Amino acid sequence: MYPTMTATLDQFDILSLRREFPILQQEINGAPLAFLDSAASSQKPGCVIDCLEDYYRRYNANVHRGVYKLSEEATFAFERARGKVARFVNARSPKEIIFVRNTTEAINLVARAWGDANLKAGDRILLSVMEHHSNLVPWQMLAQRTGAQLDFLQIDGDGRLILDDLERLLTEQTKMVALTHQSNVLGTINPVQKIAARAHAVGAVMLVDGAQSVPHMPVDVQALGIDFLAFSGHKMCGPTGIGVLWGRRALLEAMPPFLGGGSMIKIVSLHETTYADLPARFEAGTPAIGEAIALGEACDFLSDVGMQRIHAHEIELTGYALERLAGVQGLTIYGPQDTSMRGGAISFTLDGVHPHDVAAILDGEGIAVRAGHHCCQPLHALLDIPATTRASFYLYNTPEEVERLVAALEKARQLFL
Amino acid sequence: MDDMYRELILEHNKHPHNVGTLDHPDVSHEETNPLCGDRIKIDLAIESGIITDVRFVGRGCAISQASASLLTDELKGKSLDEVRALTNDDMLDLIGIPLDKNPVRIKCALLPLKTLKYGIYQYLGEHVEDDDF
Repeated sequence: MYPTMTATLDQFDILSLRREFPILQQEINGAPLAFLDSAASSQKPGCVIDCLEDYYRRYNANVHRGVYKLSEEATFAFERARGKVARFVNARSPKEIIFVRNTTEAINLVARAWGDANLKAGDRILLSVMEHHSNLVPWQMLAQRTGAQLDFLQIDGDGRLILDDLERLLTEQTKMVALTHQSNVLGTINPVQKIAARAHAVGAVMLVDGAQSVPHMPVDVQALGIDFLAFSGHKMCGPTGIGVLWGRRALLEAMPPFLGGGSMIKIVSLHETTYADLPARFEAGTPAIGEAIALGEACDFLSDVGMQRIHAHEIELTGYALERLAGVQGLTIYGPQDTSMRGGAISFTLDGVHPHDVAAILDGEGIAVRAGHHCCQPLHALLDIPATTRASFYLYNTPEEVERLVAALEKARQLFL
Repeated sequence: MDDMYRELILEHNKHPHNVGTLDHPDVSHEETNPLCGDRIKIDLAIESGIITDVRFVGRGCAISQASASLLTDELKGKSLDEVRALTNDDMLDLIGIPLDKNPVRIKCALLPLKTLKYGIYQYLGEHVEDDDF
């Protein structure tokens, strides 16, 4: 399907890739849609949409239940999707892949099931100031339940974690280190492999929020040496309503269930229940079957293009955008100013123009970006700004779209002069 | 989009009227729009049920700040009953931009009116339904 297997995606590759995304073939406010908000949710290729539709049209049935043909087919496709996801992040076994709704639910699952069983008053949880609310609030709630304390890695002026603080913050009391792999605001890619090794040295468990990394770069849970990885399907060309928790088998097996109900049981009597083995133990109730199958298709799609090439393309595009945006008068970029250990989410402010007005003016030019605090209120408080405008890239974005972004920002600046 | 950023809005955003605080306000109320971090605080001086002076401080997008400027221009000399009778549509007429199909930005435009009404209802010791905004 993609004949040129160069290290990155050339213009021809991008144009043929773009044709596979139906939504990109439209005009918004009289201009071709430039979708620069994939960090919030990515667009879906036709194969993923078809896969979802095929399930509902042809073999919709509940899984692990019926002995009839449709249910067998649905169960087979659902479990095959689990295998695809496992291979996508190089899990040792599909049993380590728990289907959840999204990254948020995956982290809540760990905070509830692992956290309640393993934490007590005086224990410490190490996070960073750049965490998304989804990797902050569940730990605050856990701390309130158990009496554990939260510690935070700070960032330097370039938006990178101050790793020197690890010495002081990682102690025998630290039981959990939960960090984002790539900041959804700053774009910073954190050295989670190095930090996981340090966490393990004090006996802590390491959870990585992969919502912004798994869609954009090769992520190998074994190579990273981490314990939990949480990510969402809808940010990686898959449907909404399906996400993944990967966990080390031994850790998952030792955890009590999260939600109780159907599917997660072996034997139920009126007063007690024995729980199912992995992964069913953590998948109570009917799962998002079609969505899981379509996520498997999205993994295939991304693997066919090549995660290394997608990553290289985004780095190239980000480098170009950083260079061009630096030329816009009054524009401040938050986060690393070069592409070393940096992904394609660029948050910025424009002097004299509120981020929401910037986004509205860009929308008028057919350019979709996000404005607000991006679910990172503490980070914005630290940066002392109420909000930022964020442009984020994916495999289908082009240098021409960066040019349009720059031109529209220039227009916004002029309008508010 | 160009409808939204008319000269009137841009001018009031750049040079808002009635900015500041009152030394001894009878009403001082602040509301925020958590979605985008817009923030408006309105101070009122009230004598015998009539608004005699008004100031606001705020930060946020051009729509919210221009709205606050335009709204506060209308308040001096008005009775509390008149202010209570102000509707969302009145506010949208005042700023004169079509936001009825824009559920996100309409919140920015209505934040000053919400702040004003909450402040006055609190002053009068009355309850207000959040559904109104």
